[in-house]
Amino acid sequence: MGKAKANAGPLARRPDNSAFKQQRLPAWSPMLTAQTVLPFFYGMAIVCVLLGAWLLVTVQNTHELKVDYTHAGSCDKCFEKRKDRANANQSCNCTVVFNIENMFKGDVFFYYGLINFHQNLRQYMDSRDDGQMIGRNKNLRNPSSYCEPFIKDKNGLPIAPCGAVANSMFNDSFTLVYHSAAGSRVVPLFRKGITWYTDKNVKFRNPQVENKTLTLAQVFEGTGQPLYWQKPVYDLDPWDRNNNGFINEDLIVWMREAAFPNFKKLYGVLNRAIEPFTDGLPAGNYSVLISYNFPVEYFQGRKEVVLSTVSWFGGQNNFLPVAYLVTGCLILLLAVILTAVWWKFGKNGRNMEE
Amino acid sequence: MVKRDSSLQITRFHCSRVRWRRALHHSSRTLGIAYGDLMRVCGCSATETHFTKLPMNSYCAELIPEISSLSWVTTTVPLVMVLLITAVKDATDDYNEKWMNVRVGDIIKLENNHFVTADILLLSSSEPYGLCYIETAELDGETNLKVRQALTVTSDLGADITKLADFNGNIICEPPNNKLDKFTGTLYWRDNKYPLDNEKMLLRGCVLRNTEWCFGMVVFAGLQTKLMQNCGRTKFKRTSIDKLMNTLVLWIFGFLVCMGVILAIGNTIWEQKVGRSFSVYLLWDEPIRNNNVVFSGFLTFWSYIIILNTMVPISLYVSVEVIRLGHSYFINWDRKMYYIQKDTPAEARTTTLNEELGQVEFIFSDKTGTLTQNIMVFNKCSINGKSYGTRDSRCAFAFGSCVLELSHFSFNPLSDRKFKFHDSSLLEAIKMEEPSVQDFFRLLALCHTVIDDKVDRDLVYQAQSPDEGALVTAARNFGFVFRSRTPETVTLYEMGTAVNYQLLAILDFNNVRKRMSVIVRNPAGHIKLYCKGADTIIFDRLDPSNHVLMNTTSEHLYEFAGEGLRTLALAYKDLDENVLEEWMKRLLYASTVIENREEGLADLYEEIETGLMLLGATAVEDKLQEGVPETIACLTLANIKIWVLTGDKLETAMNIGYSCNMLRDDMNEVFIISGHSVLEVQQQLRLGLMAHALEPELEQVLLETACLCKTVICCRVTPMQKAQVVELVKTNKMAVTLAIGDGANDVSMIKTAHIGVGISGQEGMQAVLASDYSFAQFRYLQRLLLVHGRWSYFRMCNFLFYFFYKNFAFTLVHFWFGFFCGFSAQTVYDQWFITLFNIVYTSLPVLAMGLFDQDVNEANSHRYPSLYRPGQLNVLFNKRQFFLCTLQGVGTSFLLFFIPYGAFCLVARDDGSHISDQQAFAVIISTSLVIVVSVQIGLDTYYWTAVNHVFVWGSLAVYFAILFAMHSDGLFSIFPSHFPFIGTARNCLTQKSVWLVIMLTTVATSVHLLMDCTRFFSFCCEMLPHSSTKAPVSSWTFLWGIALALPLRSNRSQMCSIRLRYGFFAGHGRTLTILSCRKSRTERVVWLVALSCWRVMSG
Repeated sequence: MGKAKANAGPLARRPDNSAFKQQRLPAWSPMLTAQTVLPFFYGMAIVCVLLGAWLLVTVQNTHELKVDYTHAGSCDKCFEKRKDRANANQSCNCTVVFNIENMFKGDVFFYYGLINFHQNLRQYMDSRDDGQMIGRNKNLRNPSSYCEPFIKDKNGLPIAPCGAVANSMFNDSFTLVYHSAAGSRVVPLFRKGITWYTDKNVKFRNPQVENKTLTLAQVFEGTGQPLYWQKPVYDLDPWDRNNNGFINEDLIVWMREAAFPNFKKLYGVLNRAIEPFTDGLPAGNYSVLISYNFPVEYFQGRKEVVLSTVSWFGGQNNFLPVAYLVTGCLILLLAVILTAVWWKFGKNGRNMEE
Repeated sequence: MVKRDSSLQITRFHCSRVRWRRALHHSSRTLGIAYGDLMRVCGCSATETHFTKLPMNSYCAELIPEISSLSWVTTTVPLVMVLLITAVKDATDDYNEKWMNVRVGDIIKLENNHFVTADILLLSSSEPYGLCYIETAELDGETNLKVRQALTVTSDLGADITKLADFNGNIICEPPNNKLDKFTGTLYWRDNKYPLDNEKMLLRGCVLRNTEWCFGMVVFAGLQTKLMQNCGRTKFKRTSIDKLMNTLVLWIFGFLVCMGVILAIGNTIWEQKVGRSFSVYLLWDEPIRNNNVVFSGFLTFWSYIIILNTMVPISLYVSVEVIRLGHSYFINWDRKMYYIQKDTPAEARTTTLNEELGQVEFIFSDKTGTLTQNIMVFNKCSINGKSYGTRDSRCAFAFGSCVLELSHFSFNPLSDRKFKFHDSSLLEAIKMEEPSVQDFFRLLALCHTVIDDKVDRDLVYQAQSPDEGALVTAARNFGFVFRSRTPETVTLYEMGTAVNYQLLAILDFNNVRKRMSVIVRNPAGHIKLYCKGADTIIFDRLDPSNHVLMNTTSEHLYEFAGEGLRTLALAYKDLDENVLEEWMKRLLYASTVIENREEGLADLYEEIETGLMLLGATAVEDKLQEGVPETIACLTLANIKIWVLTGDKLETAMNIGYSCNMLRDDMNEVFIISGHSVLEVQQQLRLGLMAHALEPELEQVLLETACLCKTVICCRVTPMQKAQVVELVKTNKMAVTLAIGDGANDVSMIKTAHIGVGISGQEGMQAVLASDYSFAQFRYLQRLLLVHGRWSYFRMCNFLFYFFYKNFAFTLVHFWFGFFCGFSAQTVYDQWFITLFNIVYTSLPVLAMGLFDQDVNEANSHRYPSLYRPGQLNVLFNKRQFFLCTLQGVGTSFLLFFIPYGAFCLVARDDGSHISDQQAFAVIISTSLVIVVSVQIGLDTYYWTAVNHVFVWGSLAVYFAILFAMHSDGLFSIFPSHFPFIGTARNCLTQKSVWLVIMLTTVATSVHLLMDCTRFFSFCCEMLPHSSTKAPVSSWTFLWGIALALPLRSNRSQMCSIRLRYGFFAGHGRTLTILSCRKSRTERVVWLVALSCWRVMSG
């Protein structure tokens, strides 16, 4: 500290007269006083309230319908059946009926929801191998140890996709049917385009092989399917050959782990090219045919089907407008109190001494 | 006693070799220091050793997969960064590690202008008699050359290397100590023993001058050298903030364990109730599968300790050090504390005490050289009962109209032209050759330790003390010119003729003896002892025949002292040849004794210095330093109590007190407490006077009384007593004390006080070496405390508040998330975010605030000294403030977690795909967090320099840059398992709803901050009479204000005319109430003259 500078002379050790060293850097020091802060408070309160009101109106125009089918209607028998693990390979179909009173205008999204399913447990979330899912052959044959114990099947073959997340993939399937006066007809759903672009095109890739002529089944040869799956990964979508393997969209959606135990995941999007669904879902009676496979009774879980429309800020969300309104009102209240105090005590800048 | 055997090795004849080896050594040491410093960083003292273990423990724990909730990178990266920064700081900081390779017993050759590398016993030199000259400026600041002389036996060794190599003496000497002016030892060589003292030692830090070469043997090396012994101590001073910080870190640690336990219990219950049934999807590890949920809870506990350990910030200590270092540099760089006359900048010699400068309540000041200039002018004298130098009363009050009669020294070609004396009668007396006057000046010319130095044929004196210089110069002008000295002779020019005196002995000065004597033989063969010293000491040793003269002289002395002059009494004694011979023998013996040598010598000196004949007395004027009264007035307004501790006489001290503005005419009750015994002092007590001494039983009363007084001046105090007074206040008042002084007699007080300030003045560097801060003028103290100290304290408090807040807000989100993720220790954030949050995203803005922030500019700091009050009351950061910042951190983390939770739990994107996945949630919360803490730092910053702007906006920019980089396709395709967040930023941050949530979170978390730290209501306009002054000192949080104002106001009746002023305060509901006493009820001054009583105590 305090080293003498190299240059000699009578004032050799005189400190530099720079603004930095003399702590005189030009600076903006905001003077927050009642006159500047109170308007800011009021402004903020008004912005919050207005925004909240606008959001509230927007939300009122969206629709959402939830149908819990865990043991609703004919699904009760399936529920009972799934209690016994021995019946795992027997299929079970059931139907749930519901009614839409007001038309769902615009794009309609079809979700499945799970209640009390913990996708956010640390050991569960870690139990996957992103290297395998991006199609690395090394990881395909030798999955990461994070996948334990879902890493090898009983034949000793490496599991693809490995890990607890993939293993527990939701495997109910749905068919939405519209019952109108003109008869019943299946509501057409897009089953693709339900993932993030980056997931579909970057994060999940099928294993790359040099020989392009190989089928997907051949590519995955030498790997086993996850323990709880009924079909191998290359055969997930029997109707669309390009929607198989790691890039199967249902798999991708499932692999994006939910943050909370109650969640919904996108299943399909209404195809509005076909009458009478060009404007959305018309009011009327609907039923959902469910291939009931996913057991939830072990963890006291519930399953539901959700139909929803969205607004410019996403799906139906009452929290946000209400939160904005509440915050706005609180700020307003605060601002009024502060104004009163300021008016009484501080307006003229007098001190409190009489 | 340490035995040194020099026969072990005799090597390394040239310094350059040593130097070269040092370079290598130094670089290899840095790593060692770095690691050692980490320990220090993590645990600054013994009490904190636990914390060292914390990061280490978690580090180990991360290697166990069952509980490894974070990847090893996450904690290693900050750890490495901390290590690196510490290493860099140390490498720059530490140039003490010189000369590590010189070992005790080595014989070293030094050449002209070389630095002495260790404490060395001089063996031989190129000069005759084994003399060599050194400059000790680095050591004690004295620029005069000093002579060192080797023993005659060793100086015969010369430069003969074979002889030197055969040198095999043993030295037995004192253990390493920090006394620069003392050394005792004995050399045993060839069956003889030779006494060694400081005159034969070359201490590390000296520079060899005017000597071609010399050889010496290393006695102390490395850390044992006196220089290092003087340096090492400062590290042990810690500030109260430091101690508080350590306590808080302990608390946080406790808090961490509590939360770990809560979450572990939660996990146990959850596993019991829910997790067990969920095990279908997650085949548990063996122990848990066996239904051992308690074990699962146990593992969870450790996992959470790892996740939440960011609450105990390892970077805190490093940041604090960096900020302090910055503040120290600002002190060093301050031009307004640079003294142009002597080219001396202020220097922060310790980097760890800066914020304490903002909390000082007591200043203990030395007088001479601290309040005064310590430039002595021979002003008056009393010779043989006649007083000279008194200005004519005709002239005294008629400046300008009366030409002062200056003595003309033209008769004397060797006179110093700058010298002036206002009384020609003395000159006449000299010319009349009055024997007593001649003897008077002869004594002044002989009895001193001044060294002559001929510059361009001009005679220049190099004096160690300014008093001596002034006296010798006076003698010179009155015709008794001290011309030159050798170890055995002194040459004078007495009225133009050269006279050679044989110097038989020098009985040197020290603080206990308070006198010095020389024994000389004049050309006529008469032996005389000349003695000069403090009047009381001399008067005790006078021959009874001097009684009348003594009374007259002491009257004169009283007069002189009343004018604030420093006085010395002079006396002589004729000695008999035989007596002296016998005495000299005993002296020689006593000076070779090792144990109690000092005492033995002192007794001998005492013996011969009796029956003295009084010659007269001198009075030397010491002018007040520039700006002292103003500084004292200003510091008093800042509610700092200034106690002057001086060794001077009561009258001198009182005079200085008046001229310093410490005593004023309107102070109606000036108590002078004087007593020579415990009893007397107690009697004065009973009489209602405020009289006490440092007796153990009276200590408390003394303290209480003294603290009631406006001004306290203690005179006639010894250095030890100075330290005792400081210690008394320090231990009993729980207040921060500052001691300021310039001389060796202030060292003990400087070391005792919380903060020691050294004035680098006329009396060498000993005080400076012992001090924590040093500068050249007393008036800089005002700037050091009111500007630098206040800012340091303010910045440090703001920094700590924000730092703790930030870490709580950051970490506690995991706690809330625990309730949703089955207490499984899943992190909310991306691991990379956890790694970088503290060291990249948020470190620089808070550092900039800690370095540059100014709540009040320097002009206003000076103008309104009462702004210093909050530091003394310690209101800006204390346990209550910590509690508040914890609360605020908890609140922020709550909002940060639950607003996004509420908004996104069941919500989809505008394209229908979901956004409630964990990764999106992580990005939303971390982005909100970074924005919220940036807004907070923005609200906390009072002084937005370009650096603040760059750091705040830069940190935000860097956050987004890194976020998108980490979530980019490229990185993922290279390291898929390390960057699994691919695309999340893109998919989230393009959503309007995400920004709505971030905005809401920011607004909600900032409202209470804004409310707190809006310097809101202008309650204190009286304090700032001109509303135009641009000082943000004008607002206040109203709720706290009202709550605080009530009790204060009820006290008003007791405090007669105390005005209440409401300061605003600065941030986070911190409140400040500035009390300023216009006129204290107790305008009392206590004079403590405690002579014998204090001795009883110190004895």
